[in-house]
Amino acid sequence: MATVTSNHKACTVNPLKMSQPLGAALAFMGLNNCMPTLHGSQGCTSFGLVLFVRHFREMIPMQTTAMNEVTTILGGMDNIEQAIMNIWERAKPDVIGLASTGLTETKGDDVEAYLKLIRAKHPEIAGMAIVYASTPDYVGAFQDGWSKAVVRIVQELAVPCLSIQANRVNVLPGSHLTPGDIAEIREIIEAFGLNPVFIPDISGSLDGHIPDDFTPTTLGGTTLEQLHTMGTARATIAIGEQMYAAAIELEMKAGVPYTLFDRLTGLEANDNFMQYLSKLSGKEVPMKYRRQRSQLQDAMLDAHFFTGGKKVAIGAEPDLLWSLGSFLTEMGCELAAVVTTTKSPLLEKLPAEEVLIGDLEDLENRAKDCDLLVTHSHGRQMADRLKIPFLRYGLPTFDRLGTAHKVTVGYRGTRDFVFEIGNTFLANTHEATPNTWVNSQVSPQTNTQAQSACATEGSCGSCQSVADIHNLAETLDLVKPHDLAKPQDLVKPIAQQAAFS
Amino acid sequence: MASISEKVQDVFNEPGCDKNQAKGEKERKKGCTKQLTPGAAAGGCAFDGAKIALQPITDVAHLVHGPIACEGNGWDNRGAKSSDSLLYRTGFTTDINELDVVYGAEKRLFKSIREILDKYDPPAVFVYQTCVTALIGDDIEAVCKAASTKFGKPIIPVNAPGFVGAKNLGNKLAGEALLEYVIGTEEPEFTTPYDINIIGEYNLAGELWQVKPLLDELGIRILSCISGDAKYKEVAYSHRAKAAMMVCSKAMINVARKMEERYGIPFFEGSFYGITDMSESLRQIATLLVQQGAPEDLLARTEKLIFREESRTWVEINAYRKRLEGKKVLLITGGVKSWSVVSALQEGGMEIVGTSVKKSTVEDKEKIKELMGEDAHMFDDMRPRDMYAMLKDSRADIMLSGGRSQFVALKVKMPWLDINQERHHAYAGYVGMVELVKQIAQALYHPIWAQVRKPAPWETSVSQTGLDQTSLSLPPEAKAA
Repeated sequence: MATVTSNHKACTVNPLKMSQPLGAALAFMGLNNCMPTLHGSQGCTSFGLVLFVRHFREMIPMQTTAMNEVTTILGGMDNIEQAIMNIWERAKPDVIGLASTGLTETKGDDVEAYLKLIRAKHPEIAGMAIVYASTPDYVGAFQDGWSKAVVRIVQELAVPCLSIQANRVNVLPGSHLTPGDIAEIREIIEAFGLNPVFIPDISGSLDGHIPDDFTPTTLGGTTLEQLHTMGTARATIAIGEQMYAAAIELEMKAGVPYTLFDRLTGLEANDNFMQYLSKLSGKEVPMKYRRQRSQLQDAMLDAHFFTGGKKVAIGAEPDLLWSLGSFLTEMGCELAAVVTTTKSPLLEKLPAEEVLIGDLEDLENRAKDCDLLVTHSHGRQMADRLKIPFLRYGLPTFDRLGTAHKVTVGYRGTRDFVFEIGNTFLANTHEATPNTWVNSQVSPQTNTQAQSACATEGSCGSCQSVADIHNLAETLDLVKPHDLAKPQDLVKPIAQQAAFS
Repeated sequence: MASISEKVQDVFNEPGCDKNQAKGEKERKKGCTKQLTPGAAAGGCAFDGAKIALQPITDVAHLVHGPIACEGNGWDNRGAKSSDSLLYRTGFTTDINELDVVYGAEKRLFKSIREILDKYDPPAVFVYQTCVTALIGDDIEAVCKAASTKFGKPIIPVNAPGFVGAKNLGNKLAGEALLEYVIGTEEPEFTTPYDINIIGEYNLAGELWQVKPLLDELGIRILSCISGDAKYKEVAYSHRAKAAMMVCSKAMINVARKMEERYGIPFFEGSFYGITDMSESLRQIATLLVQQGAPEDLLARTEKLIFREESRTWVEINAYRKRLEGKKVLLITGGVKSWSVVSALQEGGMEIVGTSVKKSTVEDKEKIKELMGEDAHMFDDMRPRDMYAMLKDSRADIMLSGGRSQFVALKVKMPWLDINQERHHAYAGYVGMVELVKQIAQALYHPIWAQVRKPAPWETSVSQTGLDQTSLSLPPEAKAA
């Protein structure tokens, strides 16, 4: 159980957090033939675009309502209308995903009302879905924006359906899952004979594939038809606490019951997932996964020597933090420094003393004697300064390749994660030198033990008295004299020990 | 204190800009940035532009006053290099919350400045205004003034919130902040007749260091570079330079012109890209310095150095010429780079099949015409779809552009080279041009192209057996739809 605190600084230094509209935009990127659009100044979109391009190394469709000083004051209806009509004319998308920003929220644009008026004026766009999410930059963080966008997708597009498809399940993945994670989860669910539809599905659009032709919108993802038939599924699987709201929304709207998995990294977490799928499908857990489970057990056994007792500093959004952090402690690591971006009910359940909602400066201050740093690419400067090994997890990861294909879910993904951590510790082992134990030889505790051995077995002649060592240390200037216990301090516990025996 | 709208008007009315002067009174008032089209706009905002222009100043703290988006979504993402302090790569922001929006965030800003001074002790703090804090009426000029008085250090307001316009305007507003609060506030320890300013050079990928050794050899001192690898004090005493060079087209023309007006520092517009341009720039620097009183032998020494460097560079470029002769290049970039790189590529024997002139001035366009002939393919605003088609039809062999359009080329399996801000290779000066030619040759002749362009064996056999190819190559979800 952790104490959750916020820093009390006025100035954020080296941000860990990114803003809500980007999380919403990424969720919209998981819809097929969609154009994510931010209602704000053009810079809001430009910064997000650059960030996603650098992270995914993909073409990113993202537009802006290009608000300026005057249109902000007068209200952004004209800009939204122009943006929608321009996008419609140029790209003919199935969906426009619209997210507000700090600028237009400060002004207080009533976008819902604008959209009604725009729709009334332009009957030609009736077939195009427009999903709007309110995501001010100055509230919450990236994963909140993702969560809100998915809630809005469900509210706008889910409809109650009379017929149920026996095999269909909805999967609501959190923003912490990579396209690779989603592909892995799909494979697992399909192995039970079920037909999963992910909402949203960034594995269709951002998995780094080469399309046959140029598309100005998203290159894949959940189709509009799949969104309209969310209600035909027999169950919804939500992954990550941030998807709780969307799962409930879907149950209320279309009557599909949900099950929430707080994470899919770790042995027990995946056991529960497999057990659930087995029950849902009425099929036994396939041999393939029994084998993978056994491989994970073996990996954990091989790695535990190197992960046990290690201190880890981790900075991540709540759901990613929960997934990786919980499993690291299951591998025997201690979460010595934990920083996150926004509130979540999971934070106080984390196996750490303190969870701080803060920035990378806070993490750096707490990570001084840690053995490993886990955070997104912005941790690189800190890792250099602290000289500790650094694993990049989270968005943005702009200085490594293949981020989209990194998998940490399922038995197989967890196994690879175990190896990655284990290898990082192995690569940074401190080999012993003749001087490694020089100082620790003269520490009071070691001397007590040595002395007690001599006391029971009699003087062997090879060991020096405590007083001798003390004098030697002083003459060699190995340790400052005040660091050493005085001989008379040491005598007492020995005497007590002798009295016991 | 001029209001932001007055300042924008002032920046738009730029006597140093020919394009601006050719306009009528009314047109000039509208400014030089085109009205953006909602739903079809690309590019950064004024705040982005201001940050690009000033962030290369390495030893100061750059504090962004606004919600997390403005700094959190894009910090530490540019390649400006530093020879010393790394403080400029630290992200500082007031990260305002909902209550700040309601009650105002001036107090948070003031406290933030104090925290930064306590913890990092920089010689100055630059405070950047953003849309939200501008909209709620936070007076950053007043807060900076109060903080300067209280803490005895320069706290510089940079008033360029995103919604006032595009990147280019932000560059200029950043320049205004330097003119108003920084330049002329300190004195150098000593001056020499060989002191110059370089304005509008950001030392991306360390490009300034490709040029500096040559200037060092001539005994020319870069008194101040605005703003690549600059220290605060260097910018503050830049008014003591004898001459200035303005790089990067019109981005900071207001700084160059106003320094000429106020301090009598003559300037010229030049470029470090391309052999001819590099030599011309060295010549101009030497000429201006001699005009300003430097010993005349500088001219002869410069010519000698140019001769040596050009001969050496030609030999090196010629080694690649055979492989590059006749290759068709599509060049998508803005401003000064469009023509200065054109001449460099032509020197390598390549043919430019098209260049974008979105951010170029009339002058730039004239220069391109001069270089490429009257039938030069200049595109005002090339859509990604058109670039894609051009590459797919093999009307170009390679595309040179900024990072955001790279996938247009890569997805058609065509070579691409980054020539924008995020690039990792430095292309300035003589050595830089050799590097550019080398990189182009490497990209064109990379062994992957033959492999990735080859269809899968079953794809050819499928078409032979007459099976429906489209239904097979579609992803499953598309089939479902």
